[in-house]
Amino acid sequence: MQLFKKTNIDFIGKRYYAFAFSAVLLLSGIVSLVVKGGPKLGIDFTGGTLVQLGFQTVVPMSELRVALAQKGYPDAELQDFQTEKSVIIRVPKSEKSATVLGEELTEAVRSQFVGSAPIVQRAESVGPAVGRALTNQALSAIIWATILIIIYVGFRFRSTLWGVCSIAALLHDVLSVVGIFSIMNKEISVTVVAGILTLAGYSMNDTIVIYDRMRENIRLSKKETLAEIINRSVNETLSRTIMTSMTVAITVLVLFLFGGSVIHDFAFALLWGVFVGSYSSIFVAAPIIYEWQARRDRKRAVAIAKGVRPGPVLKR
Amino acid sequence: MSRSQIVLWTTFVLVGLSIYFLVPTVRWYRMPVSERTDYEQQKDPILGKILNLGLDLRGGTHLILELDRSKLDPKININDALDRAIEIIRNRVDQFGVAEPMIARQGDRWIVVQLPGIKDPERAKELIGKTALLEFRLVDDSGALATFSSALAAKKMTVMQFLAQQKAETLSPEIAKLLPKGLEVIPNRETHYLMVHSPAALTGATLVDAKVQFGQGDMGGFPSVGIEFNPEGAKLFGQVTEANVNKQLAIVLDGMVQSAPVIRSAIPDGHAIIEGNFSAEEAKLLSTVLRAGALPAPVRVIEERTVGPTLGEDSIKAGVRSSLIGLFLVILFMVIYYRSSGLIADLAMLINMLFIFGVMACLHATVTLPGIAGTILSLAMAVDANVLILERVREELQAGKSVRLAIDLGYKHAWPAIIDGHVTNLISAGLLFQFGTGPIKGFAVTLFWGVLISIFTAVFFTHMVYDYWFSGTDAPELNF
Repeated sequence: MQLFKKTNIDFIGKRYYAFAFSAVLLLSGIVSLVVKGGPKLGIDFTGGTLVQLGFQTVVPMSELRVALAQKGYPDAELQDFQTEKSVIIRVPKSEKSATVLGEELTEAVRSQFVGSAPIVQRAESVGPAVGRALTNQALSAIIWATILIIIYVGFRFRSTLWGVCSIAALLHDVLSVVGIFSIMNKEISVTVVAGILTLAGYSMNDTIVIYDRMRENIRLSKKETLAEIINRSVNETLSRTIMTSMTVAITVLVLFLFGGSVIHDFAFALLWGVFVGSYSSIFVAAPIIYEWQARRDRKRAVAIAKGVRPGPVLKR
Repeated sequence: MSRSQIVLWTTFVLVGLSIYFLVPTVRWYRMPVSERTDYEQQKDPILGKILNLGLDLRGGTHLILELDRSKLDPKININDALDRAIEIIRNRVDQFGVAEPMIARQGDRWIVVQLPGIKDPERAKELIGKTALLEFRLVDDSGALATFSSALAAKKMTVMQFLAQQKAETLSPEIAKLLPKGLEVIPNRETHYLMVHSPAALTGATLVDAKVQFGQGDMGGFPSVGIEFNPEGAKLFGQVTEANVNKQLAIVLDGMVQSAPVIRSAIPDGHAIIEGNFSAEEAKLLSTVLRAGALPAPVRVIEERTVGPTLGEDSIKAGVRSSLIGLFLVILFMVIYYRSSGLIADLAMLINMLFIFGVMACLHATVTLPGIAGTILSLAMAVDANVLILERVREELQAGKSVRLAIDLGYKHAWPAIIDGHVTNLISAGLLFQFGTGPIKGFAVTLFWGVLISIFTAVFFTHMVYDYWFSGTDAPELNF
């Protein structure tokens, strides 16, 4: 079976549409982040208490919210899992231990909703110091991963251009996930950070496969223009990009749908990451190499006209 | 040996090793629960060979404790203090009867305690947080224990049952009366007990130090434990030992006998040696416990996570079910899309999975839900490698190459992209492992090994299969 015969799509010619799309995607995320004062971090980072209650019957969220406010938890946040008949209740910056809070919340729910038979399925409380340490660890991991990947890619492709462009595509994907989490009011927990780092690895892998083909074609082809080479490379790898994205998307979609509440946000980050990662490899990573090189070529032409020694070229 | 033969034999060896490491795990999870409990109580060595389920999957309590540095004696090194605190906490958790607890340092001031299956974290916290009590108690030598146990036997009760009821505070006054006044029964580390005098002759508050020593006293060459009291304690200890030569003095920590050495002579200077039939390891443990005594400083709970057993079970079911569905769909998809070569890729993926669990079992790792996700993701990487290769092979076939040549060229051309993709993922997995804790670490470990194994199974293993396929004179056609 073959889904794609030979395609011949002019990706470079359509790059401004892609840039516009990415700009809208990223800007909406950034605006949301600015308006809401940064990403919404989970109790893993900020400290606080989380209790997951399971019920026998479905309890309406709005009524539960009112009931909790009456019991002195006006700033409790609710996340609801209809399929599991359970609700995650977060109380930011609570001094109470998870067990004590769990008992109080169970009591509050039991007295209001007869027959709901609430039980504490999960109770977590994290002190602010642990959260700070975790934030630092996560930041260190991200910064070091970025540095090491730029070094590795730069070494493998013998030019910083590829490394920097691949990181740009990567930042595009990570930022869009953080943005979508902010827009959807989802919070970023440790597991979500794991998901983001995974999608970073996936997106990187995806970009590198296409870059690898571009590098190969640049080396082999003498007559084509850079735009033609890039277009051909992306078209040649298109069936692979979509095949792989589909298989990964299948597994992640199943995780997202059936993996349960514990893994739900993690799977969401990955699911979004698969789509945006594949999109960015084709529509962002490839065109920015072109833009960068076109700019270099113009400089080079000017330099040659002035009789100065020209700078490096991509072809070799 | 050709490359194919090397790969073939490596595969055989790795499959064998994986199965070998996974056998105890399979045996374990097929056992009925009651049998598992027995093994856990006997601390059977099988416990160290199985893949454990993380607290997110089986339920339990996870605590992070912080040692209050401000209340720490400035003379005590913080590292030492943490080690001592961990030893005491472990001692207490053992009494709590938790199977496979995990107590470890995290960073330079935190202690992580994981108690699988414990649903009442308040009790656990109370037990861990309270100050340890170290006591020296004289052992009764009047035969009261024999009288007491036969009196109990008349009521159809063993001393162990008596102890259990006493601890649970369900002892009937009638039975409680059987214990002579001024005496107490105290268990030791093994399933045994001693009759000791009450109150304690001496407490550990005056103990200054405890060290393992070799080659001193009568037991020359054997390890013994030297202890040292402060002047006040030395005076009291001198009086007790003088009055009780040739009697046993039990060392009791948190209500449990650690050792019961015989007093050889009066010890006036506060320097005593505890001799016994110790191994070096036992002597070290005893000295740690003695030195530990009380927690060096109070601990505070700064993180607490409890996962109830139902959510744990649901998570297992959901995780396993979604993993299997995902796996099945990918297998199906590959076969439909690439037919027989898709089947070879699927075989590679299944072997990859076997290897991942084999490595995890060998490392005695803990399987968490993010860990399962890491496995799935590394399998996706493996599939991607095969997609890259097969797409290249198709290209070469379209360019008119023979099947044999197309396969070799496909591998050759796909290799740089595969290795670059895998290495970048190894980099992030390595950093996640380095900086992550708990669930993230579990995810990073499986991703790291999965990606590493993926290079072998998805590239070398499948290539070997093709090599053997075409080594016969009339190999059937392959589809791509």
